[in-house]
Amino acid sequence: MNTVYHQIDHIAGSVITLCASGVKYRELAEVTSRTGTSLAQVIKLDGDTVSLQVFAGARGIATDARVRFLATTMRVPFSDALLGRAFTGSAKPRDNGPELTENLIEIGTPSVNPAKRIIPRNMVRTGIPMIDVFNSLVESQKLPIFAKAGEPYNPLLARIALQAEVDVIILGGMGLKYDDYLYFRDTLDDSGALSRTVMFIHTAADPIVECTLVPDISLAVAEQFALQGRKVLVLLTDMTAFADALKEIAITMEQIPSNRGYPGDLYSQLASRYEKAVDFEGAGSITILAATTMPGDDVTHPVPDNTGYITEGQFYLRNGRIEPFGSLSRLKQLVNKDTRPDHRVVMDAMIKLYASYNETLEKQSMGFRMTSWDEKLLKYGELFEQNMMDLNKDIPLEKALDRGWEILADCFETNEVGIPTKLTDQFWPKETVSP
Amino acid sequence: MEQNKGTITGVNGNMITVHFTGAVAQNEVGYAEIVTAGGTQRLMAEIVRIRGREADMQVFEDTRDLGVGDNVDFSGNLLAVELGPGLLTQIYDGLQNPLPRLAEEYGFFLQRGTYLKALDRSKQWSFTPTAKVGDRVSAGEELGTVPEGIFKHRIMVPFSLSGFWQVSNITPAGDYSIDHTVATLTNEQGRTTEVTMVQRWPVKLPIECFAERLRPTETLVTRIRTIDTFFPVAVGGTYCIPGPFGAGKTVLQQVTSRFADVDIVIFAACGERAGEVVETLREFPQLEDPRTGKSLMDRTIIICNTSSMPVAAREASVYTAVTIASYYRMMGLSVLLLADSTSRWAQALREMSGRLEEIPGEEAFPAYLESVIAGFYERAGRVRLKDGSIGSVTIGGTVSPAGGNFDEPVTQATLKVVGAFHGLSRARSDARRYPAIDPRDSWSKYTPIIDTARVEAMRTFIRLGGDVAQMMMVVGEEGTTMDDFVVYLKGELIDTAYLQQDSFHSVDAAMPANRQKQVFDMLEMVVNTDYHFEDKEVARSHFNLLGQAFHDWHGISLDSDECLTQRQLIEKLVKEAART
Repeated sequence: MNTVYHQIDHIAGSVITLCASGVKYRELAEVTSRTGTSLAQVIKLDGDTVSLQVFAGARGIATDARVRFLATTMRVPFSDALLGRAFTGSAKPRDNGPELTENLIEIGTPSVNPAKRIIPRNMVRTGIPMIDVFNSLVESQKLPIFAKAGEPYNPLLARIALQAEVDVIILGGMGLKYDDYLYFRDTLDDSGALSRTVMFIHTAADPIVECTLVPDISLAVAEQFALQGRKVLVLLTDMTAFADALKEIAITMEQIPSNRGYPGDLYSQLASRYEKAVDFEGAGSITILAATTMPGDDVTHPVPDNTGYITEGQFYLRNGRIEPFGSLSRLKQLVNKDTRPDHRVVMDAMIKLYASYNETLEKQSMGFRMTSWDEKLLKYGELFEQNMMDLNKDIPLEKALDRGWEILADCFETNEVGIPTKLTDQFWPKETVSP
Repeated sequence: MEQNKGTITGVNGNMITVHFTGAVAQNEVGYAEIVTAGGTQRLMAEIVRIRGREADMQVFEDTRDLGVGDNVDFSGNLLAVELGPGLLTQIYDGLQNPLPRLAEEYGFFLQRGTYLKALDRSKQWSFTPTAKVGDRVSAGEELGTVPEGIFKHRIMVPFSLSGFWQVSNITPAGDYSIDHTVATLTNEQGRTTEVTMVQRWPVKLPIECFAERLRPTETLVTRIRTIDTFFPVAVGGTYCIPGPFGAGKTVLQQVTSRFADVDIVIFAACGERAGEVVETLREFPQLEDPRTGKSLMDRTIIICNTSSMPVAAREASVYTAVTIASYYRMMGLSVLLLADSTSRWAQALREMSGRLEEIPGEEAFPAYLESVIAGFYERAGRVRLKDGSIGSVTIGGTVSPAGGNFDEPVTQATLKVVGAFHGLSRARSDARRYPAIDPRDSWSKYTPIIDTARVEAMRTFIRLGGDVAQMMMVVGEEGTTMDDFVVYLKGELIDTAYLQQDSFHSVDAAMPANRQKQVFDMLEMVVNTDYHFEDKEVARSHFNLLGQAFHDWHGISLDSDECLTQRQLIEKLVKEAART
């Protein structure tokens, strides 16, 4: 079966075309040229003409390059030995560790039967009040972090990786700056979280095809961990780079673009990845957090727009903070009823007051006189931003709620916060504590 | 029959090119075979184009491992669904595979190439014949019935039979499985055919063996105030709900599927999140049908082809759903088909068109997009059957326009062919004004539950109120006259007291038609009253009180005593401020 071919007819973009027989769709081949050896995947069969996408790009490939078909589709090794390691987008070691070749699993596997899904019920604690208190992350949820380039979405993901109460973290990096990769590695290493992390990193300089493989590989590995009963959190950054890679490949393949050059199947491509998020009854779960940069801070750009239709809510990262108003975890209602009886009321009351604070700020900037109520709101707003919105915090939910009550008590009377008396009786701090 | 086989000559994504020698038909189904050491996998595919001796087929599964030279087995049939008792309560994928049974047999994942019969072969149904030997019957006429849940499921003359047939034999009453022959028919040419309880029908063809199509004149009560009163849906009509993500399309569909005044609801979850289907899947069996007191699942069928399932099957899923809907219509039932979302279906068409390398239309959608959408919505309708009873299929489709912009091709193509448009607006959903149906953009061509002239008068108030609100953004409250300000407040009151409705409240979520009429009467009285206020602050707080009073009223169940007190409170509030 392992016939070797030596005659390449076409080379365009990262796609090479040659005449071969007995080839299967999606089969892998090894392409050896003067510049080295790379894997390639069959992406089109037309009679005897086979088109292959070369993972390392077609640069330097000669017309007499050696092509050997491997009679297998794309696979990645899976075992606990992955933990603590970093790999490239084609699952080759990126650190100096040994190459893993055992227990290969397929990627891009079939989707979960909807009849086997269950209604999400467990919260993923992150220790970040803006998430835990106001928009709780739920196991099996898929949430994007919408941010414009320059926002600290990578530090936020790193912090979540450190603090989240899960068993395994899979970090899928697409189009990352090399510095960012090092930042992730060092941050996780320093805190000891590296030992529960697997990294699949495509950096901006790596071949574009590998970028499109990162989510599939990350999620295939995540699925295996989840089936073993572990709680897996998959962090993807940045999904816009992934979509751009798809675009680049589609255009070189002369596919008809649909919207701003993106391929017509962008929605399906994104959905088939995000829908891997699942809670297996009787086993583990996959939760996905994916940074999605918004070109031009425009949420109607095809990538965030299609993402919004797929995911269960979104976080907006603006000015280094998770924006309380546009952000939404659509599944939070399923979990925040069971945390503490005051969770929902504190969440609602604090957000409403923070909205009033913003109105007061506007009034203030227009030069209106500040009433005593306005003064209270101004004090509250500042405390809220310092204590709750800071993304560099690590406090458990209960502590954060207590802190919330302290802030409220510090600024307002019990009847001013719009919380039922039954709950203020129970939770209102007896003595106000100065910040 | 001789086996008709072909061989694969090309693979591109989920499209394969197949060389054939016998005769094949457009839209015929075939199975591509992958032979491995473990056995043969058969992947279902449909012919979408024929050129010379080569057919392009879209495969309903992942095509990895297919190669040039592999066999394709043509079935001789178009893509068809099984119709018979046992469809209700089922959860199918787009090709009518029962998902719960797939889960039992194959576990967590949807393995490709696994197909199961749609209907349970072992279950016994209690058949009662209604036709007699010697009766002259034609397609769609009743031969007998079996009870299916709360419905009498008609066993009919197969829809594919043409002309008149004579009943030459009919099975006596008793319990049979669906494959049991219940009647034998003979036609004038002496051909005989045996009829079982199950028949197959190609999904892409409409079922048209009824007597005539009727105009959709009757209002379909959804118990959502803004829909029933302002933007009604008709029994047998069509409507669409376009909206940006997060505007509440899915919640609106779920509420409709629970409370709409129809016999059967078919939910086509087409290319959307699996999580949402799961909510329906897990909650419906526990919820009580407000009409019958039985579980809601008893009147529901879910066709579920979520976004990560194969795209080609997504295209088929809306047809599967509408075919099943039309089948139950032939029993004189009213069926509501909810498709969420038709944009995903249109995208499936686009993906296929791209692979066929067709010349693209706007935003790369195929040029035939409009006629395909029109063809789908035209399968709705209210019909008189051959026995005189009336059945209907009402279609409500959501649209997910890119960027929330309604100018895109799918929304525009849909608007041309539907009878009502419920446009959801981001501004309303951001302001938490649910349902976010925009009262100024939406429209309906159907008759509301309340006299049209009165509704128009109310709509004028909303419009005027909106105009004043826009003016106030420029000149401020100070620059607005008291009269204009009251108009604005009245417009706002109609919004808070009538248009907004709490889908999660046990009482407010569903308001029956007669109660809507009461509220409408009251609201009409409130807005037609002339008011006198000292200043704008007083006016505002007075209308806030009114709004709150309406809101509280909606939350009280109709049979409680408080209901009357609440009405009196509103009347009192109006009197206090009325200009005498």
